[in-house]
Formats: sequence, structure tokens, C-alpha cells
Amino acid sequence: VTSFWYLMHAEWTKFRTVRGWVVAVLLTIAATTAFVFVATGASSSCVGPSGPSACPVQPTGPGGVPVIDSFYLVHQPVTGNGMITVQLTSLTGQAPWSKAGIILKENTSEGSAYAAMMVTGSNGVRLQWDYVNDTPGLAGGVSAAAPRWLRLVRDGGTITGYDSADGARWTLVGTAPLPGLTSTVQAGLFAAGSYYDSSSCTSDSSFCTQATGVFRHLGLSWPATGWAGTTVGGGPNSGLPVPGTFRQGAGTLTVASYGDIGPAAGNAYGGTGQSLQRALDGTFFGLIPLIVVAAMFMTAEYRRGLIRVSLAAAPRRGWLLAAKAVVIGAVGFVAGLVAAALSLVVGTHLMHGPMAWPVSLLTEARMVAGTGVLLAVAAVLALAIATIVRRSASAIAIAIVVTVVPYLLAFHPGSQPQGSGPGGGGGWPLQVTPAAALSLQQAVPQFHQLLAVYPLVNGYYPLAPWAGLAVECAWAAAALALAFFLLRRRDA
Amino acid sequence: MSLTVRVTSPRYAARQALHAEWTKFRTVPGPAWLLAGIVALTVAVGVAAASAARCQSATCGIDPATVSFTGIYPGQAAAAVAGVLAIGSEYSTGMIKLSLTAMPRRLTWFAAQAAVLTATVLTASVLAVAGAALAGRLILPGHGFTRAHGYASLTSATDFRAAVGAAVYLTLIALLSLGLAAAVRDSAVAIGLALGMLYLFPIAASLVSNPTLARHLDQIGPLPAGLDAQATTGMKTLPLTPWQGLGAVTLWTLGALLLGALTLTLRDV
Repeated sequence: VTSFWYLMHAEWTKFRTVRGWVVAVLLTIAATTAFVFVATGASSSCVGPSGPSACPVQPTGPGGVPVIDSFYLVHQPVTGNGMITVQLTSLTGQAPWSKAGIILKENTSEGSAYAAMMVTGSNGVRLQWDYVNDTPGLAGGVSAAAPRWLRLVRDGGTITGYDSADGARWTLVGTAPLPGLTSTVQAGLFAAGSYYDSSSCTSDSSFCTQATGVFRHLGLSWPATGWAGTTVGGGPNSGLPVPGTFRQGAGTLTVASYGDIGPAAGNAYGGTGQSLQRALDGTFFGLIPLIVVAAMFMTAEYRRGLIRVSLAAAPRRGWLLAAKAVVIGAVGFVAGLVAAALSLVVGTHLMHGPMAWPVSLLTEARMVAGTGVLLAVAAVLALAIATIVRRSASAIAIAIVVTVVPYLLAFHPGSQPQGSGPGGGGGWPLQVTPAAALSLQQAVPQFHQLLAVYPLVNGYYPLAPWAGLAVECAWAAAALALAFFLLRRRDA
Repeated sequence: MSLTVRVTSPRYAARQALHAEWTKFRTVPGPAWLLAGIVALTVAVGVAAASAARCQSATCGIDPATVSFTGIYPGQAAAAVAGVLAIGSEYSTGMIKLSLTAMPRRLTWFAAQAAVLTATVLTASVLAVAGAALAGRLILPGHGFTRAHGYASLTSATDFRAAVGAAVYLTLIALLSLGLAAAVRDSAVAIGLALGMLYLFPIAASLVSNPTLARHLDQIGPLPAGLDAQATTGMKTLPLTPWQGLGAVTLWTLGALLLGALTLTLRDV
């Protein structure tokens, strides 16, 4: 162990005493940070039917998250604790997430807190609250033969959802904490057609399908004061093609409406503002000098015949490779960490225009540390490739082609996944290559309950952050293993 | 004819230089592998992209030539390495001293290097592009690139122009890298510069939020300009026309070669 420590120290000395390499690492940091000024320089404008226009103000929900809150609500005010129960016998709506059910909502303004029990087009019963939260209940569709009973129970700032197939045996679906909920809230029925694949829309609107829910046996534990119908978010920009409707028949209540209640993300509902990830776009500019240095850290040994001296000093060849990997990995990590931290600080100050999504401190920490890890593993991969091919030009070219070029290919026609759905943009190039680890920088969340397109250009990657990192690590590990095997087998 | 006359005759010197460089080229295995790499990468990635591409309607807006030639993205890295190593390996092994002692006319030597590189890379590029185009021709009609979707034929004059553009582009990139390597005299730095120049322009163009700046980056960068030469659809929206695009790449290449030639003549080796 002591000798490994000495070996690492020796490799570190080799690294820091080559002026060109130190300059290249500084260039990595500078290039990454400098690109922030270009990337965030111009404020994004929205493109309307008649050219660029001012961006409409995006409604926000609790916590400042951008939301869509446009639907038809049949409601009455209720005060204090209580319960609302209903039987749903039919839901017609084309979209998988078209929805109808019961809701407790703070008030009828856009973005107010809510919790709702609903039946969806093809995702069964759901408890959703405050736009981003979604918990599954009973699976399967709804019909007159197989109705669904839904119940919401309010207890102070907590709302609990239950569902039942027969109205007798109830199952707990989940609990929605709505801190700070006012004493008087609106209780009632709602329907929302939900976002559907925009390519099948004939109008400009995001909403091309209507949901119609047929309810029976509506029960309130609060005193009834009479139902009123309101189009929530019914301003001129609501995007609802026609207002919703409420009909009372023989024992049935029918609510029909376009619209949706949920997060505005991906390309849906104008959720395409700037992502904080934009501040880290300079990573590509930092990757290239770092890869050059990492490859030269090994090829320089071969070029001057230094490798014979190094291996004479460290006859256990694997240790030499390990020491170099640790040193170059640490250099890459620190460079990435510093560059990302600087970029985020500068980027946060420079960005104007609508932000796509508020970014939590935890996410920012993951983005900064992730950039460090991304560069560290890329440097180790370049070192391993250099050990395998032993020629700097070829090694650098291979390393750049596998870590940088996939991002370009991801923008290429043919790589883009068709249609919509969660999973992110970019397709195979960012799933199977070392560039998959760029997903560590994703700042905007995806939602399974929102069938939008999640395009790469808006900062969505096809893999989850840790899955992307795992792909890059797998490549680096495989390359290191081959490098170790060849270094031991070949003459120096 | 005396010895002095033979040595000072520029035409004979050029022929000798060419012959010498050709001998160097064909007697080491490295360059042949790189040329094979250009063909393999261009065709393999082209096949993969064509297999993944789908055109489901007449408005899918995908350029079939762009899909077939996706392999140009990694393929040009092999071409760049070939260009860099042609000069870079002379410097890294110290061979340059011997070469310039045998051939004191440095520009003649440099021109011979460029000529051998052009001939070999152009041959490999033609093979690579022909393979990729053929693969696209065979695969794409089965994936919705049909007459019904507005793709009348994949073998028109436009497609031929795109293929020629792609092959010439690869060759120009090899020459550009040769010039850079002569200018910086270090393989590692030269390949880093060359690939940075190629790949960072289009990445920057796709990332900046200002559309005017993005369009200018697409006009300036050698890679996006080269892509314009490979386009067959949507010609009206291209940042540059195909021939302007090829012209922009040529300007980059001439600039790099000039820089390399100046460094070679003005500096000690």
C-alpha cells in the first residue's frame, strides 16, 4: 500500500510538472465556464403563429413549479374537515391520461393547491395532488358493469384518497399533504381531456381530446349549498377549444371538458423555458482538452521511452496503470467540479427569460458533482484507450468520438424517437455510449403522468442520471480491463 | 544529363518526393488501417442510422442522404487521424530530420505528403461513401422513405452530388488535419485541435439560444458546412448552398495548409 502511495505521488509529480498539461486542465475549466456567456446570452423568445412574440406568463403551482391548470370544475365551498364520495360509471376520452373524478381545491384560481381522486383513460384509478404527485390505485378501466367508487377525506392539512369497486370495501390509495391549506376549500367534480400526441392534433391547441365522466351517488359530508360550474384557467390563453359542460340527468351527473391538471414539462403546455442545465453546456468544450491530456499522460511514456523507466520502478504493471488512473481521474473530477460550480453561479446570474423548472439545491449538487464524475470517468476512459492503442492521435480520436460525437448524433434525424412518451430525447446515441453520463446534468424532471415529448434540446436525456453514469463507468471499466491485460502481456 | 541537373530539376524532384512518400505510406501498416477505419466507420454507422430511421408520413422531413451519411460524423475522425499522423509521426519519431535532409525543398516535400494523402484518402472516401449510399438505398425504402412519402428516387443527380460532396469533404478534412499537424508539430495537440474545430461548431450551434448566432455558427463551422454539401432535401433552409458549403470547408483546409507550409518553411525542425 505504501509503495502504491509513492507510485501515485510519482505520477502526480509527472503530471503537475508538465506545463502544457496544467495549462490544458485550466483550459478545460475556462472553456466550460466561458461557454455560459454564449449559451445564455440571448433571452429565449416564444414563437407564435405570426413570428416571435412575448412569452405568455406560465402559471405556477405550490413550490413555484410551472403547471397546466385549465379544466372544468363543478364545485361548492366547504369548510373544515369532511368527506366527498362518488361513483364513476363511465369515462370517455381518447388520451391515456384523460381524467375525471373528485377534487378538493383551495380555490378556483390557476395553480392553487389541490388533491384529486380520478379514473384515467388507461392508467386506472389515481390519487394526484399539487400537480406533480401521482399514486396509483385500482387498475383497469371503468364501465357501468365495473364502476369505480372514489373518496377524498380531509383532515386539516392532510387529504386521504380511497377507492373501491363496490362502494362497501374501501382501499387506501394514498395520503396527500397539503400544508397551509385554507379552512374553506372548493369540493366537487372535474374532467380534463389531457394532453395527447400533438402530431394527431388538428388544431394549434395542446388539447385535442375531451374527457367525459358520468357520475352517480355523489355524497358530501358537508352541508350542500348548490353546485356551480367554473372553467379554471379560463383566460384567453387557456387553450381550451370550447368551455366544459355540466349536465344533470336521472340520477347521473355528467361533466365534460378539455384541458388538464398537472405539471407543464417537456414540450407540453409551454413548459419549454430555459433549463439551468444550459449553464453546463460548455462541458463539451472542456472535455476535448481534458481527453487530450489524459491520453498524453500515457502516450508520452511511450513516445520518449519513459515507459521502460516507469515499469522498472513499478514492476507490477497494473499498479502503474491504477496510479495513473487515480491521478488523471482526480484531476478530471476537480476540473469538472470547479468548472460546473463556476458555470452554475455565472449562469444563474446571466439567465433571463422564463426558467423551465425550479431546481432544488440537491439537484444542483448532483449536477455539479455529476459533471466532476463525468469528466473523471471520461479522463480514465481516455487513459485506458491510450494504453490500448499507444498512439496519441488515434487514442484521442477514439476517445472524442465515443464521448462527444454521440451528442451530435443524438440531434441527427433517424436517432430521434418517434411519437411521444416519457423516456427523453436523443435516442440510442445517448443510451449506449459513454456520452450517456451527460444525463447527470439534467435539471428538469420528467413525469410519467404527462405524455409529452421530452426533447434533448430542452435538456431531457433518455436515461436517468445514475443509469447514464453506469453506462459510462461500464465503458471505462471495460477499457481499463483491456488496457491492464495488454499492458501486462505486451513488451513495453 | 549530369547529376546536378537531375537534382535541381523541380519536376524530377517532385516525382522523387512523391515516390518517396508513397513508399513510406505503403510500407507501414498504420495508414492502411486508418483508411480501412474511414470505410468501416462510415458504412457501419450509416447502416445503423438507416436501420433506426423511420419515415411515417409525407411530412417527416428527414433527408435520406443525411441519414445514409451519418457515418461521416465518426468517419471524419479517422480521416483527421490519417492527416495528422502523415506529418505527426515524422515529428514524433524524429524522421522529419532525415526526410528534410533527403529533400531540402520543404514545400516540395509537404506537397508530396499532401498529394499522397489526397489520393489515398479520396480512394477510401469514395469506397466509404459508395458503401453508405448503397446501404441507404437498400434499407431506407423499407423504412418509409418511399415515393408515397415524397422520396421519388434515391439515385438522382442530387443524390450523386451529395455523395460526391461527402467524399470530397472527408478528403478535405484529412488535408486540413495535415496542415494543422504541420503547424503545431505535435500529433496529440493537432488531433485535439482538428476534432475540436470539427465537432464543437455544430454542438455550439445546437446549444446557443440565439437563432441568428446558431445560423452563423452553422455557416462558419467546417462540419456543418460540409453537411450542407451532403443535403438532398430542404435546400431552401440550408445555412449555405451545397457548393458554398464545400467552398467553406475548402477555405478552412487552405488556411490550415498555408499555416502548415509557413511553419514548415520558417521554423527549424
